[in-house]
Amino acid sequence: MTGLRRWGAGLVFLLPSILLVGIFVYGFIGKNILTSFDQVVTKSGKVRAPGGLENYATLIGDPRYQHALWNLLVLTVVFVVGTMFFGLLWAVLLERSVKGEGVFRSIFLFPMAVSFVAAGVVWRWLLSPATGEGAVGLNQLFQYMGMPWLQSSWWSAGQFNMAAMAIPAIWQLSGYVMALFLSGFRGISLDQREAARVDGATEWKLYRHVLFPQLSPVALSALIIVGHMSMKMFDLIYSIAGPNSYTAEVPATLMWAQMFQLSDTTGAAVNATLLLVIVAVVVVPYLVYTNRSEKR
Amino acid sequence: MLITRRSLLVGAAVLATAAGCSNGGGAAPSSAASSAAAGGAGGDVGVFTWWADGSEKEGLDALIALFKTKYPKNTFVNLAVAGGSGSNAKAKLASDLANKNPPDSFQGHAGAELTDYIDNEQIEPVDDIMKALGGASVFPQTLLDLITVGGHVYGVPCDIHRANMVWTNSGLLSKAGITAPPATVAAWIADLQKVKASGVATPLSIGGTWTQTELFESVLAANLGSSAYTQLFSKGGKWDAAGVKQSITDYATILGYANTVSDGDDWPAATVMAADGKAAYNLMGDWALAEFTSKGLTWGKEYSSFPLTGNGEQLFGFLADAFTLPVGAKNAGGAKDWLNLVGGAEGQLAFNLKKGSIPPRTDVPSSSFGEYQQKTMTSFKNDKIVPSIAHGAAVSLAWSSEINTAMSAFYQSRNADALQSALVAAHAKYAA
Repeated sequence: MTGLRRWGAGLVFLLPSILLVGIFVYGFIGKNILTSFDQVVTKSGKVRAPGGLENYATLIGDPRYQHALWNLLVLTVVFVVGTMFFGLLWAVLLERSVKGEGVFRSIFLFPMAVSFVAAGVVWRWLLSPATGEGAVGLNQLFQYMGMPWLQSSWWSAGQFNMAAMAIPAIWQLSGYVMALFLSGFRGISLDQREAARVDGATEWKLYRHVLFPQLSPVALSALIIVGHMSMKMFDLIYSIAGPNSYTAEVPATLMWAQMFQLSDTTGAAVNATLLLVIVAVVVVPYLVYTNRSEKR
Repeated sequence: MLITRRSLLVGAAVLATAAGCSNGGGAAPSSAASSAAAGGAGGDVGVFTWWADGSEKEGLDALIALFKTKYPKNTFVNLAVAGGSGSNAKAKLASDLANKNPPDSFQGHAGAELTDYIDNEQIEPVDDIMKALGGASVFPQTLLDLITVGGHVYGVPCDIHRANMVWTNSGLLSKAGITAPPATVAAWIADLQKVKASGVATPLSIGGTWTQTELFESVLAANLGSSAYTQLFSKGGKWDAAGVKQSITDYATILGYANTVSDGDDWPAATVMAADGKAAYNLMGDWALAEFTSKGLTWGKEYSSFPLTGNGEQLFGFLADAFTLPVGAKNAGGAKDWLNLVGGAEGQLAFNLKKGSIPPRTDVPSSSFGEYQQKTMTSFKNDKIVPSIAHGAAVSLAWSSEINTAMSAFYQSRNADALQSALVAAHAKYAA
């Protein structure tokens, strides 16, 4: 009786969210996985999807999908390394109580307030691949600055083209990572710095051995958040490269094409399931780790 | 509450349609539009388009104004979704249709692009409406053939555009000593070289992926000729033929004279290059006319245009917009009022004057239109009609998406064999 009273109140409060999450997240994930195993035969008798695990073999074996995966890998590596680097750099600079810290913090954070789509329209122009006489955007800027050798085809050509697609994403999210690190720095009490300085530690040693080690949970969170955003990234790429870009295709944009252009619902579901697995491989160990360290 | 209101509406719509039919049965075709129940079926009529901007929006506004005066009982609900060539709109529409929540009528490219909706049983034939509008007596037979699928017409055409136009900058051409438009693709390539030699860095301007598809399809049609080109989209189409290979080679050569672009670039920037004298040529549908007009330029003076041709025949790269009757439309009666308006002579005159396209009906007086549109109307009567890939007249949405992706890949790789095998594979997958 007392048990029910203790659990009952909590359960009543939680029930709506359990139901909503159960239906709209896990229910739909389940439905999506079921769809991914469908067999599809058109009225005219053509087999669009063989059904079962063969659906997965078909997609994974498709060179278009492999190309999209490669693009995703390049994008994610450059994007994660870039945001972590700039986020940490800015946080270290601002953390030293510079004049006008609030102004700089806002400047670095503002890009995050811009939607990916709006930013994408501007970056499409900035990252125009035209060089020489017809150049616009960054390429034209480099000419004005007397550095024409810096002109690039950006994301429009080359095997590592998606590294350029990471530039706008880094611009947008470095400020967010900076904020995470900044709050991490603020969480370390001033006594520790003073104690280290009294013991004769140089500034480098102070950061290396006292402050950075305490930031590793923050760094891990930032890594996971930025990493999974990169893997799901759709809007930025779609608004920069348009609906039919093979060059800049990643699994998320391919999924859109499968769903809305190729009317291949099954292929889109397979793609979505694989994307979920890829993200889960990164996120689940992190959740397990934080769960364990919180219990400790 | 909701259910009763909806069923009332449907009831009213059925009554109105029945009344319209009994009145219109023996009437002359031209009065079909006015023979529906006086003042319309009543209720909300939701019409879905991607005409949210520029001359397209002006055309739609003209239609809406006419709809209000002709059918005062109906309330027009504008469901337009912005986005070039309807790319965003089609995604929104796809989910609305999948959720069995269709608009009362929606815009689509007339022709093969409607086959996806037909296969999924999402739209109904409009044969009776077309017949009441006058059928073959007012619509050209070539057009009816292009929009007939399995013996039925599934959309009422409201405008026709021409895709295979090359826009030229007169100043640059006379500087290069070019006086007459080329008669073949090979002659055009020679002209491009002349322009290049006269000191123009980018003789041709292009835009993002779909503009490249439009350029390629025009080269393909000019090289193959109208009948071989149209054959490509049938079940026995030979995409591995030598003519296709030659067209890919020509297309690659032509790309060599063009500016560097990214996949997402829009078409107006490319057209403006030709208007501003940064490029001598730009291949674009006849909606490009509005870009030149807005700069105060006159056709035949500062700029001109010619259709890309070959084999001694004049080609008309065809695309058209049509309105459909979705299965399960809430206000089918109101939708039919709308279809009667867009298919009628009065509606087509008002709409096409603003949009810059030409009316599909032959009984719309050409004297009201500008010089360029009049020329297009004559061409449509006399030239060979070839359907456009990029604009959904020749192939289904899935097929054209597959071709666009191949064009995007080709722009980077310039691998002719890879493009040809992708085209062959797309045909095998989607040709019905």
